[in-house]
Amino acid sequence: MTHIPTKLLAPICKTVRRDIVEMTHAAGSGHPGGSLSAVELMVALYFDTLRHNPEDPKWDDRDRFILSKGHACPVLYSVLARTGYFSPDELVTLRKLGSRLQGHPDMLSLPGLDSSSGSLGQGLSVANGLAIAGRLNKKDYRVYCLLGDGELQEGQVWEAIMSAAHYKLDNVCAMVDYNNLQIDGCCEDVMGIAPLADKWRAFNWHVIEIDGHDLSQVSAAYAEAATTTGKPSVIIARTVKGKGVSFMENVAGWHGTAPNKVQLAAALAELQ
Amino acid sequence: MLMKPTRDGYGEALLILGKENPDVLVLDADLAKSTRADWFWKEYPERFFDMGISEQDMLATAAGMALGGKIPFASTYGVFVAGRAWDQIRTTICYANLNVKMGGAHGGISVGPDGGTHQSLEEIALMRVLPNMTLILPCDAIETRKATLAAAETNGPVYLRFAREATPVVTTEDAPFEVGKAITMRQGSDLTIIAAGPVLYEALLATEALSQKGISARVVNMHTIKPLDEATIIAAAEQTGAFVTVEEHQVYCGLGGAVAECLGKHFPAPVEMVGIMDTFGESGTPEELAVKYGLTSKEIIAAAEKVLRRKRK
Repeated sequence: MTHIPTKLLAPICKTVRRDIVEMTHAAGSGHPGGSLSAVELMVALYFDTLRHNPEDPKWDDRDRFILSKGHACPVLYSVLARTGYFSPDELVTLRKLGSRLQGHPDMLSLPGLDSSSGSLGQGLSVANGLAIAGRLNKKDYRVYCLLGDGELQEGQVWEAIMSAAHYKLDNVCAMVDYNNLQIDGCCEDVMGIAPLADKWRAFNWHVIEIDGHDLSQVSAAYAEAATTTGKPSVIIARTVKGKGVSFMENVAGWHGTAPNKVQLAAALAELQ
Repeated sequence: MLMKPTRDGYGEALLILGKENPDVLVLDADLAKSTRADWFWKEYPERFFDMGISEQDMLATAAGMALGGKIPFASTYGVFVAGRAWDQIRTTICYANLNVKMGGAHGGISVGPDGGTHQSLEEIALMRVLPNMTLILPCDAIETRKATLAAAETNGPVYLRFAREATPVVTTEDAPFEVGKAITMRQGSDLTIIAAGPVLYEALLATEALSQKGISARVVNMHTIKPLDEATIIAAAEQTGAFVTVEEHQVYCGLGGAVAECLGKHFPAPVEMVGIMDTFGESGTPEELAVKYGLTSKEIIAAAEKVLRRKRK
């Protein structure tokens, strides 16, 4: 498969970042920080790696994506809109009454969502189930699952990490958005998760460590995961919470706070 | 009377489904021998998944399998399905209305010597509150087999509760079974006893004793708690005007509560509830526990006499 050059993906990342600050501003709430940190992971996935067809969201042979950290749905809604699942005009309905863009993903309301999510720690298990079903159905689709780093404090994640390795689900690719911040502060202060790569390796996963904002590293990591056989792969992506908006970067407070009008203007000015 | 554990009905149905439907998968959490899921495991090992002692992972994995077009049956003890994995059932399975079937084994105090930690007495409360859920408590092994087969044909989440001990087989092979359609086991005009699960047998025993006292009790097998067969309850209210509910479950938020909600809305009538009286169980034999915790025909007879005194003349 030929990759889309990163110079074409980079402007899309800026568009998606603008979407994230605009939609959370319009909603007056939501989660910009952990959405902004995952932009490169999501843009490289949806615009380059993922086998999907926005005209046929239920296509049987499509690759699947599970957003385990459901609160980061602004970044997912943006890439779905920008790849053509629905009009980008709809993004500003986020979190409003009657909107298909629920505060956390609701697959029954919005085409293109492969699962509903919101309660942390459950998505990797769902991805494993989809991967097992795909194998039994003799489908060659892959299943991608984005997890937050704080989310790894949920015990069920480690159950799922065991299961994927036990059943040798090499059609599963997990991505950890390792921005090292959660609501109450730095992950290492709240409940330490390091050493992350060693832990996944000890659980028999193929571990790929990258700079999660370097598009060429992200695309290469997806390709490496796709050619790894006999075990599942995890991409541990070092990221910056709030990436791209200077006053949001590395500030835990922007986990779940929407920008006001002045902040929106300042953010958009930086994202030109 | 033929005695057989309801869990055997689950195991038999899984074997039938394994043969008839290649999309049926079975998962268990290290208790396959107890739940009877191991019968399927031996015949169809490529479609059986032991998830180890990790119920939350098991339920969410089943959700993923359902998203992939499969019909997963995930079973373990009821305390661990309905209790430990409740959030997975709520947020990952029911919120998206996924086609996951849950088998809650060893329901009720009749589990016996394992004691209070393992005696599941809360499934009705925990499962009935969830939108999209179908909840079935079959009364014997035959009905459990039928209910399990019906669950595979029902789209969306279905919870089946079955038990460990051999209990009387009170239905017949040719008796009809339809999800959401209660079965009137005995006609009667003075009051209606509504029961679910193997404890239905005690209601049938009570009916015979009441009959000798000149009391005509109707017996309704409310195998499906959700969706509740309100029409059958309302008709019984109109025709008999008094109720006793019987369940091997907490009386709070259980079958009795469901019946009382229905009556309150449509046709108020007195209800006496027989069940576990807001307490945990303990170790003992199933028979000893049934006596100590008041789940025998004796309590049902007393409740019937009491409700008749409350009945409007």
